[in-house]
Amino acid sequence: MRRASPAGARRKIDGARPGDYSCREEATTTHPATSMDTRLLNDLKKLLGADMVLHQPEELLLYEYDGSVETARPNCVVFPRNKEHVQGIVALANRYQVPLVGRGAGTGLSGGALARRGGIIVSFMRMNRILEVDVENQRAIVQPGVVNAELTAATAPLGLYYAPDPSSQKACTIGGNVSENSGGPHTLVYGVTTNHVLSLEAVLPTGELIRIGSQAVDSVGYDLPGLFVGSEGTLALVTEVTVRLMRIPEMVKTLLAIFNTLDDTTETVAAITAGGITPAACEMLDGWTLRAVEAYVHAGFPLDSAAVLLIDIDGTREEAELQAEEVAEVCRKHNAREVRVARDTRERDLLWKGRKNAFGAVGRFSTTYYVQDGVIPRTKLPQTLRRITEISEKYGFQIGNIFHAGDGNLHPLILFDARDEKQLRGAVAAADEIIEFCVQMGGAITGEHGVGMEKDRLMPLIFNETDLDLMRHVRDAFNPTGLLNPEKVLPIKKGCGEIYSRPLPAAGASPP
Amino acid sequence: MSLASRTLAARLPDIVGAAHVINEPAQLAFYEIDGKTPGAAVRPGSREEVADVVKFAAAENLAVIPSGARTKLGIGLPPARYDIALDMTRLDRMIAYDPADLTLSIEAGHSLSKAIGLLGDHRQFLPLFVPYFNRATIGGTIASGVDSPLRQYYGTARDYVLGMEFVTADGALAKSGGRVVKNVSGYDLHKLMIGSLGTLGVIVSVNFKTFPAPVATRGFVATFESMEKAVEMRHRAAKSALTPLTMEILSPRVADLFSSEAASRIGSGAMPADVLSPKHWAFSSGYGGTEKVLARYESDFQKLAAELGAVHSAVLNSNTRPPAFSRKREFFPIAISSSPATTIMKISVLPSRMKELLSVAERTAETNSLPWAALARGVGVVYLALLPPDTSDDTRRRVADATGQILAAGTKLEANCSIPWAPSAWKPGLKIWGPERADFAQLEKVKKVFDPRGIFAPGRFVGGL
Repeated sequence: MRRASPAGARRKIDGARPGDYSCREEATTTHPATSMDTRLLNDLKKLLGADMVLHQPEELLLYEYDGSVETARPNCVVFPRNKEHVQGIVALANRYQVPLVGRGAGTGLSGGALARRGGIIVSFMRMNRILEVDVENQRAIVQPGVVNAELTAATAPLGLYYAPDPSSQKACTIGGNVSENSGGPHTLVYGVTTNHVLSLEAVLPTGELIRIGSQAVDSVGYDLPGLFVGSEGTLALVTEVTVRLMRIPEMVKTLLAIFNTLDDTTETVAAITAGGITPAACEMLDGWTLRAVEAYVHAGFPLDSAAVLLIDIDGTREEAELQAEEVAEVCRKHNAREVRVARDTRERDLLWKGRKNAFGAVGRFSTTYYVQDGVIPRTKLPQTLRRITEISEKYGFQIGNIFHAGDGNLHPLILFDARDEKQLRGAVAAADEIIEFCVQMGGAITGEHGVGMEKDRLMPLIFNETDLDLMRHVRDAFNPTGLLNPEKVLPIKKGCGEIYSRPLPAAGASPP
Repeated sequence: MSLASRTLAARLPDIVGAAHVINEPAQLAFYEIDGKTPGAAVRPGSREEVADVVKFAAAENLAVIPSGARTKLGIGLPPARYDIALDMTRLDRMIAYDPADLTLSIEAGHSLSKAIGLLGDHRQFLPLFVPYFNRATIGGTIASGVDSPLRQYYGTARDYVLGMEFVTADGALAKSGGRVVKNVSGYDLHKLMIGSLGTLGVIVSVNFKTFPAPVATRGFVATFESMEKAVEMRHRAAKSALTPLTMEILSPRVADLFSSEAASRIGSGAMPADVLSPKHWAFSSGYGGTEKVLARYESDFQKLAAELGAVHSAVLNSNTRPPAFSRKREFFPIAISSSPATTIMKISVLPSRMKELLSVAERTAETNSLPWAALARGVGVVYLALLPPDTSDDTRRRVADATGQILAAGTKLEANCSIPWAPSAWKPGLKIWGPERADFAQLEKVKKVFDPRGIFAPGRFVGGL
């Protein structure tokens, strides 16, 4: 699912928004990434073993990317195998004053796991053990590098599963999910990552090993897991996660409702929500996306429709059957031309395969695409989709829509050719216009992909300087040197632009 | 009149108007917390006035404690300082309610039960059925972090609070989160405010996700000879396909508490007869849905209860469930009204350790000759009420011993322990917030960011924060 722009096409985004910023408090600007010292590389190799430290340019290439259109070059990538290693890495980063960035599978869509200021990428791929599955208490203790889908695969035979299921779940890690507070189609009723994390063990950028939250519910004190989950790797490097597992429902019904107009589709979603029915998932695929997906997975999606809704309903047999009938009724009332019910697991899996592999399918049609992520109140879906169509026409880009309709969480997919600098700029401008419209509708700038280095400049659309300063102070309390994941989430104060726009230094130990 | 009180008397009327400043000792007594009375109470009428009061307090280094209906001020340590009571009850607007989007934005001083009543017109609700339900405000409910029987299905406030606006220690208005059901824009600072007892900021408004009300609800109660069997019923229900709205285990004495005169005053209506028994432990659960769904729950529950040899079982219908449910909701005030010495522990534990914890609680209460009652939520939260009849020194010592022993045993079981209610005079001798915490340094960092000079409810929270 590579959809990155070529190196060099990185957007210049500093100073894009006016505001009265000052450099005060902006700790991250006080330690421009120094050239990577050979001594540091040697110390890292001594700590982890030579094969656990990558620093040759060809080795680093992959780590310049994640799932976003951003790129940034790290100086090295290291693979800790335990929390002591993580503490050792943090100590070295502090000694050499080098930035640190945690990374899971690199599937993030906002540049959260990119080394924006260079430095060390701490990859958790070697900390990938499920430490405990506690069936009776419906929880698991895992290392951060455990792949999301593997946790569900490991617990399914015990009748349990891990509910947050990002589309990248076959690759993305629980640690990455914790950082980003990831969602997925089935978070509509069961909640996103933060609703499923009970406790974290983490290493702070100061080197302290902390345990927050607790194994039982209702830890005493401030809700620190609530703060750390979704902090996008700017507060701590997570070394262990205790998650809640859900019981696999007795029955799941999967419905495919097919529509001839976009408006009918979006109005159906609004009506389902307003009708007090909460499906387990309610996904929308527009006609264009549908055709791209069908050509790839052959799930039987109707090629001539304007859009479909893919809806899961679960619970006891009685609950699922009843709700499925209610949903089907609402769909028909809003002119669905057909409502299909998956007859068996095979049909159901095929429909969902289409949904979850949609981005891959779209990759067959365009060299690059830009997945956006905005949220709106569910009642505003019809006008927002209309607005996206207008924006698509205005900029001349095909924009596919495949998203978590039940949450009002949009994922417009803007197709463009990143080799053309003008197109890249246009795609970003179109995306910005969509996000601005979401905010006007009372929404937010990101529902599940994170702010990262993609949207820090958009934060002032929803937060004022008081809000942002408070968040900065919280960050600085846990990340006082600013070495951990610098220049993410919170926009840099104006006046620091020159420092920010300075090109990343070349790695001393690994000349490009 | 101290210097601080003179400053207060002179300046507060400028901010909120003389009619909304309270200086009369008799009236100030209403704002007392653990024997401490504020120098003044103010009733701001807008968020800007709240901000101005805090700005003034910050400049004068005066301690501010926000309150709503003042029903849960007994939670926490006695305040180290208490100059201004910030009465939030005039901030009682519903800012925005979008029933079709199932979102609500509402001011902190709004009555909780009235808000839920208004949502009811749209067949929606908030699952916050907390103690002192009829008097509680939105802000007090969120800041005190009390839970609701419905957490079994809906989770706690952290799961459905979407965002918040609050006044910072500088007297600035700040916000986090938003008004949409899914949002990862910026840090979730509002999660820190939940249960923070006003020690980080003054909540002025809260955004919620609302929920569709079940078409109908009923309840099932089964009584057992032993605690182990009642807990086992919870375990089997948790492993079944059922997803009930509430699940609780009640100790025998709860039957007496719930049929007391105080309970009929606090709860709604008379407790249905022959549901609970003072000789038996009970498992109790509520569930919702259509007739077909309700019937499924009942038949599955009946089967489980029979397998475990239940002494008695009963289905609570739309007439008999509300009195029983309201009593479970009001376990705190019912227990408190039964004795001036009531001390309530909250012990949350992994469900698999509930039996062990409940037997420790039972043994400890009895070796210390303390009458007791327990209400344990299915998620593993045990409320243990110690109910000695008097507040003598001897009783105080026995309560301190018992809570200390339970706390030590609970800690071994990886439980989270605190004492959300105890007579004020006893608090210095009790571990109100449980044992010292390994993460205290992190809690302290949070407090220092939000309230560096310690003007918000100083001393009330964990470790005296």
